[in-house]
Amino acid sequence: MTGGARIAWVGLFLAVVLVGVPAFIAVSGRWDLYYTLTSVALLSIASAGVWLTFYIGRINIGQGAYALIGGYVSAVLVVKYGVSFWLTLPIAGLFCMVASVLIGLPILRLRGVYFAMVTLVLTEVARLSMLALPITNGAKGITNIPLPGALTLFGITVIPDFAGLADVKPAFYYLSVGLMIVSFAVLYRLVNSRLGHLCRSLQQNEELASSIGVNIAYLRIVAYAISSFLGGIGGAIFAAISQSVYPSSFTITDSINFMLNCFLGGLGYVFGPMLGTLVLYFGWDLLFQTGEFQLLIFSTVLIGLMLALPNGLLSLRFSRIGGGASRRG
Amino acid sequence: MEQVVANGLYLGAQYALIALGLTLIFALMNVLNFAHGQLYVLGGFVTYTIYGQLKLPFVVALFAAAVTLAIVGALIERYLFRTVIKRSVREESTMLLAAGIAFFLDAVILLVFGEKQRGVPKIVDGVLNWDFRVIMPYDRILVGVLAIVSIAAFVLYMQYSKTGRALRALAQDRVAAQLMGVNVDRYSMIGFALGAMLAGVVGGLLVTITGVNSGIGGPISIKAFMMVMIGGAGVISGAIAGGFILGMVESVGLTVLRSYGDITYLVIFASLMVFLSIRPQGLMGKPWG
Repeated sequence: MTGGARIAWVGLFLAVVLVGVPAFIAVSGRWDLYYTLTSVALLSIASAGVWLTFYIGRINIGQGAYALIGGYVSAVLVVKYGVSFWLTLPIAGLFCMVASVLIGLPILRLRGVYFAMVTLVLTEVARLSMLALPITNGAKGITNIPLPGALTLFGITVIPDFAGLADVKPAFYYLSVGLMIVSFAVLYRLVNSRLGHLCRSLQQNEELASSIGVNIAYLRIVAYAISSFLGGIGGAIFAAISQSVYPSSFTITDSINFMLNCFLGGLGYVFGPMLGTLVLYFGWDLLFQTGEFQLLIFSTVLIGLMLALPNGLLSLRFSRIGGGASRRG
Repeated sequence: MEQVVANGLYLGAQYALIALGLTLIFALMNVLNFAHGQLYVLGGFVTYTIYGQLKLPFVVALFAAAVTLAIVGALIERYLFRTVIKRSVREESTMLLAAGIAFFLDAVILLVFGEKQRGVPKIVDGVLNWDFRVIMPYDRILVGVLAIVSIAAFVLYMQYSKTGRALRALAQDRVAAQLMGVNVDRYSMIGFALGAMLAGVVGGLLVTITGVNSGIGGPISIKAFMMVMIGGAGVISGAIAGGFILGMVESVGLTVLRSYGDITYLVIFASLMVFLSIRPQGLMGKPWG
């Protein structure tokens, strides 16, 4: 795909999510869509992190742990220490990053199912820790988190006080979608950089990469840290939107869903997690009206999709159009 | 103390049997079967229906659970896993399929059997009371013994039967086994059926004691993953060891750590992570299995 076409795709995408969707909601009056789409955006940020660990050849079922930690870091700072939400957002991400380096150093030596299962256990460790730690208020969780305040830079209000807005839903929508766009742009840049190529070499054969001088231990940590950063900020915004966080806010089910989002979208495509999250979340939502058959239909479709397109949804487009068309913006 | 050890042994026997099925499937197909807990629940409900509802003898119910689950396992392998493994570029894709099957079984179990906790009448009455040092109901002892007998039977079957030899060959090296004339497709199916059958048998055994409800599949799967990790994925002796270790640790932990609040599982999980970062392949696993 030529550069011009790619820019056109990016422009179209931005126009749809930033202008098209709000306009559609205003016209149709489906205000609930804001909440759904905000969730999709946040979940796809966390899924993008999982995707990056897939990119270095690790199955990560531990993103729920970092989302939970991020949510709690932000909530505790806002509620107990009165820190501005906008400051806690990067702090939550960085906290998860540091935690993931400490945890990642030993466990990133594991591979395949071993890594998958340890990260699965990690999710459970995070949940149980949040239940046991004194600062997290146990099973009652932290509730009544105030809405994000105003953000001023050099005397100019960049972001207005959320509590003063007539409707807070569009504000959160723009915040989440904006962050999602930034995350995926960074991810796209990363994957197509030298670092990304090195990561791909890890995915294929770590020993070989190591033998030609790639510092595999360092790369693994970097990728895992970025992944956890994304999980942390996703979780922090989630806590701000629901104005509460509980040990059960992110559980093993969520960790597995993050992974499924990546699988469904396709592991070979940067924008796979975004599409996967959208399809999974909306599919689940749409099936709500089928009542007790919701899970049955959902899982049947999931199995059917897996049988028909085992390499992810984007592989369909890939095989029809071919070539580098997979990485559109 | 004796009571704690007795509880640990009883739990361990159950756990080992669950882990055996999971590890067998993993060894053969390199598939992490997320649906293992759901297969267990299904076994429990089949036993509940036949023994609890239709009032047929318990042995018949257990046998029916084993056969049903074997058939379900064989079908899952034949029509789902085999197709996806052949078509998929990355073998991790099977995890999505396994998770999908887990959801599917959850939904089916919920629709067919409802969400209530189901129990069945005791299979034997009475309590063993050894000087108030060990107090154990007879039905628990019987179930524990049955589980140990099943484990022994399974190990002997894997060791000495023709099918068992073929399965072990498959687990060691798929291609080499094929070159030696093992029908890979057929034995993969048998292996998966056998693994599912083990899950069904434990489900059938445990329904007599703890009962069964449609929501416990996921937690059981996670426990089974842990046992397999402790012992080493894909190793039969490892699964048995992992099961008994987890059972024992749980039993001891719940007694010793009770005064510190509800932190037994946190301690177990955290120490498991430390253990795995020191010894990634578990107790008996091969590195990077």
